Amino acid sequence: MAVANKATAVAVTADMPVPDAPVRSAEIMPFRPPMRPMLERVGETARHLVQVILPPLIVLAITLFVWQLLCSEPGARLPPPSKVVADAWDFIVDPFYDNGGIDKGAFWQISKSLGRVAIGFSFAAVVGIALGVLIGQSTWAMRGLDPIFQVLRTVPPLAWLPLSLAGFRDSHPSALFVIFITSIWPIIINTSVGVRNIPQDYRNVAAVIRLSWWEVFYKITLPATVPYIFTGLRIGVGLSWLAIVAAEMLIGGVGIGFFIWDAWNSSRISDIIVALVYIGIVGFLLDKLIATVGHFVSHGVAAQ
Amino acid sequence: MDKSYLKFEQIGMSFRRGQMATEVLRDVNLTIDQGEFVSLIGHSGCGKSTLLNILGGLLTSTTGEVFLEGKVVDEPGPDRAIVFQNHSLLPWLTVYGNVAIAVDKVFGSSKTKAERHDWVMHNLELVQMAQAKDKRPHEVSGGMKQRVGIARALAMQPKVLLMDEPFGALDALTRAHLQDSVMEIHARLGNTVMMITHDVDEAVLLSDRVVMMTNGPSATIGEILKVPLARPRRRLELATDAEYARCRAAVLEFLYARHRVPARAA
Repeated sequence: MAVANKATAVAVTADMPVPDAPVRSAEIMPFRPPMRPMLERVGETARHLVQVILPPLIVLAITLFVWQLLCSEPGARLPPPSKVVADAWDFIVDPFYDNGGIDKGAFWQISKSLGRVAIGFSFAAVVGIALGVLIGQSTWAMRGLDPIFQVLRTVPPLAWLPLSLAGFRDSHPSALFVIFITSIWPIIINTSVGVRNIPQDYRNVAAVIRLSWWEVFYKITLPATVPYIFTGLRIGVGLSWLAIVAAEMLIGGVGIGFFIWDAWNSSRISDIIVALVYIGIVGFLLDKLIATVGHFVSHGVAAQ
Repeated sequence: MDKSYLKFEQIGMSFRRGQMATEVLRDVNLTIDQGEFVSLIGHSGCGKSTLLNILGGLLTSTTGEVFLEGKVVDEPGPDRAIVFQNHSLLPWLTVYGNVAIAVDKVFGSSKTKAERHDWVMHNLELVQMAQAKDKRPHEVSGGMKQRVGIARALAMQPKVLLMDEPFGALDALTRAHLQDSVMEIHARLGNTVMMITHDVDEAVLLSDRVVMMTNGPSATIGEILKVPLARPRRRLELATDAEYARCRAAVLEFLYARHRVPARAA
């Protein structure tokens, strides 16, 4: 019997019920994907690194090399990279020094600016999301507010500074206000678009299970809008970082913005260049921070 | 008042856009018994979905009323749970969470927390999705999403289960699988079901009656076909069944010989 059924994967024994219908069975071969050798997987990781890390490093090296060439001859107006590192060495190696007044290390300068951004941006996030939801939910709120917002959002950040100085009579709250007013527009606009774009299906589901107004808001509207809100927050944090550097140049005191202005006044060009690099890196990290938070809050729905 | 379970009485529906009013449905009368499986079939734009949404309470008919157990239907509610065509799962909730949001709302006061949990799991098991309860919708296949949509609707213990082309977006094999699941669940629970479909085989295979709609505008019920096939039905046996073939031919004849789409016969 077993011999007769050689083609089937399971040998049929005598006490098994034999079906009436003719048995037509194909041989089933278990498929085992071969384990990839360790070496190959390591190689793959290495290839990934080469593809992602290497290109920017090469471009950076070429840029530095050309810069070095261009600025090396005597009489060059800007310092070459080698001179920047040599001049600003103290500033680079000790970010924590504090000589009193505004003569502080890079860490303190940047923390001060980041602190201002944190406060102004937090206000902008809360007010912006609230206004965005209002405009998204209510057609009349949109008709009334949207045209005004569209005009106001084009006003450059620094144009608000004199007005806020006049209003607050103090530089610190004025700087916070400039950050607030700069970063709030994209938050409002993206939130309202998000609320408007909630699929009718979700509203239907809410209607069928009879969620109350408040339940619809926090169980449907907010989670459905999270990806849009975080798009707005990302743009907003980038703008507020742009605005704070400019605002600090004008209001003075400790902060990476005024540090640059101060360095220009005392002809420390190398310090300016190092500060620019720091500003760029911090701005990049801020953007990544918001994107990562958004990724987790939206359970991977928001783009990273 | 008569004792019919679910009754559509003189339903008419017009949509107004500016000066133009389009009459979508006119004089729709239909009575459905408890436990009956009825499907609505017709060409696109014949108002099938409109009729289903009126029953679901998502739309209000211009004229006429729908009665469920003698009571007028005038708002959406869990006693008329809907399985939407594109599953409509909330992407930020897990499979479990999508069923639980309905169960917690509908049975929040009548069941304890543990009972609600058991009820969610029971319904996920009914559609064979219990093992995927912690996955999010984007991590499971289209057929699995629709299973969860069915579980969510069943979990509300609706008097009538409404299905709006529930398998339209699925491939043929997955669709057959889900049709079998729905037949099995219907046999087990005895729900009253109203289903919209485009698929003649699906309509005949699943339904006790097939309601055929004429073309819009001003669509109405053209004909109602009783499907006298015994249950449980098996698709393989029915493929060669004479009665099945007759029913199928009747629906095809209605749709393609007598009520083909006139303007868009492309």
